[in-house]
Amino acid sequence: MKMRMKIRQQLKEGLFTRNPVLVQQMGLCPVLAVSTSLCNGIGMGLSVLAVLLCSSVIVALLRKIIPDRFRVLCCIAVTAIFTTAAGQLLQSFFPPLSDRLGIYVPLIALNSMILSRTETFAFRSRVDAAAVDGAVQALGYAMALLLLCAVRELLGSGTLGGGLLGAGGAGIRILPEGAGLRVLVLPAGGFLTLAVLIAATQYILRRMAEKNAAAEKEAEL
Amino acid sequence: MNGKHRLSAASSPHICSPFGTRSLMLDVLIALIPALCMAVYFYGPRALILTAISVGGCEFMEFAYRRLMKKSNTLGDLSAAITGVLLAFVCPVTLPYWIILIGDFFAIIVVKQLFGGLGKNFLNPALAAHAFLMLCYPIPMTTWAKPLEWPGLGISVPGAVTCAAPLSAEFMGSGILPDASLGDMFVGNIGGCLGEVSALMLIIGGAYLLIRGVIRVRIPLAFIGTVAALTFLFPQGNGHLRWMLYSLLGGSLMLGAFFMATDYVTSPVTAGGELFFGVGCGLFTVLIRYFGSYPDGVSHAILIMNSTVCLLDKAGMPARFGVAAGRRKAFWKKFRAGGKGEDAS
Repeated sequence: MKMRMKIRQQLKEGLFTRNPVLVQQMGLCPVLAVSTSLCNGIGMGLSVLAVLLCSSVIVALLRKIIPDRFRVLCCIAVTAIFTTAAGQLLQSFFPPLSDRLGIYVPLIALNSMILSRTETFAFRSRVDAAAVDGAVQALGYAMALLLLCAVRELLGSGTLGGGLLGAGGAGIRILPEGAGLRVLVLPAGGFLTLAVLIAATQYILRRMAEKNAAAEKEAEL
Repeated sequence: MNGKHRLSAASSPHICSPFGTRSLMLDVLIALIPALCMAVYFYGPRALILTAISVGGCEFMEFAYRRLMKKSNTLGDLSAAITGVLLAFVCPVTLPYWIILIGDFFAIIVVKQLFGGLGKNFLNPALAAHAFLMLCYPIPMTTWAKPLEWPGLGISVPGAVTCAAPLSAEFMGSGILPDASLGDMFVGNIGGCLGEVSALMLIIGGAYLLIRGVIRVRIPLAFIGTVAALTFLFPQGNGHLRWMLYSLLGGSLMLGAFFMATDYVTSPVTAGGELFFGVGCGLFTVLIRYFGSYPDGVSHAILIMNSTVCLLDKAGMPARFGVAAGRRKAFWKKFRAGGKGEDAS
């Protein structure tokens, strides 16, 4: 029962109140670079999920063997092993996706979000807790990434699922041709969209905090 | 806010000034009317409709956002109307109406209201929206209607008679002068954005603002002066003076110098800061025109300088009375070292 409550709490934090992208703002480089289409987002999100889950488990297993002063090095080494595997799998099974993601798949090894989870959480936790934390944080990361991808692809090129769905992988056209805000597909648009999403998250979080404070005050009275 | 509101004075003596946000903004709107009349003369009623739609769009966005967020209604200060007019002025007359509404949305919601509304935006909303539209719809944003050939009034006008703008990239980059004579350039009988073509009318509007004391002369003077000096010293052929005059009259230089760079919110308040600001605008304008790929550097130059305003204000801060030179130096040293910079002691 207690475990379940804890998982629920972790899920809420990872997905929303302490979301790695929208609140902690970590590992933004791949988020900004690959989020031009929903298909890219799915590929990147799943890769990060797999890598973080496996690395968290392995780091938690090895935590008693790894000397404290080498923990960052060891965490990166473990992450790099799984990143290489993920990269090879993508390359052999989804070559076009692998081409589009390019350098950002190998760079998962140095993703600050993954390093922070393995080094600060998994290194000090039991295996099951580390696995739950890794999965939840990666889900939060993937969710924010997909949100960004969906907004940028829909408003930027006017399609959804480009490279995956539709005739010839052109995606399902939702806005008429030529109506898309082309800037959102450019790097500048990544920053703009992310900024607006972060602002919206902060607004909602603040509203929630105010509501909670008011409820507590009422309960006291 | 509405100019009639009187603050209770704390110490003597004070004069009640009739100026307020609303009256200043009204003066700016009045100063823009001559240029609008010229645009209607050259490009027909579509120019008026486009401007009206832009103003309506801006006012609606402002109203809707403030209402939705349960904030005070700020329609009365007319700042949104000015943003609407200025945005329409830097768009070509053949622009489809829905594109300018997207520009209104970006200007009012993203650039102005998300940062807290009038007085808190760090970029000029109309210019930021212009840059945004240039990146999103490069072709409609650079299709210039031929003057005196009035385009139709439909949502988009595919069959409009178009011509090259004098300030196309080929002109500035390779030093070819446009077909238009200097007189045409001065009056505005050329292709270009709706409100920026008529240097004459913009100068009249700018003079009105200067006489009314709405803007100070430093920023426009430094801006135009820098462009004049640089284009005179480094012409791309065709003689020094001739090249300089064409560069001054082409593009949105007059509109930018008098109406956009002088925006209260996004320009420095100190005298030194204003001069720096104007010179920086002029420098970037010439650099972008000579070496950049965009047809006109004015809007991007002003946007670049907008983002340096808080630093310029600090650099141009006058010496405080009674602070010795040594202490002032110590203050700057502390400021650069990352101190708060609040107090010299």
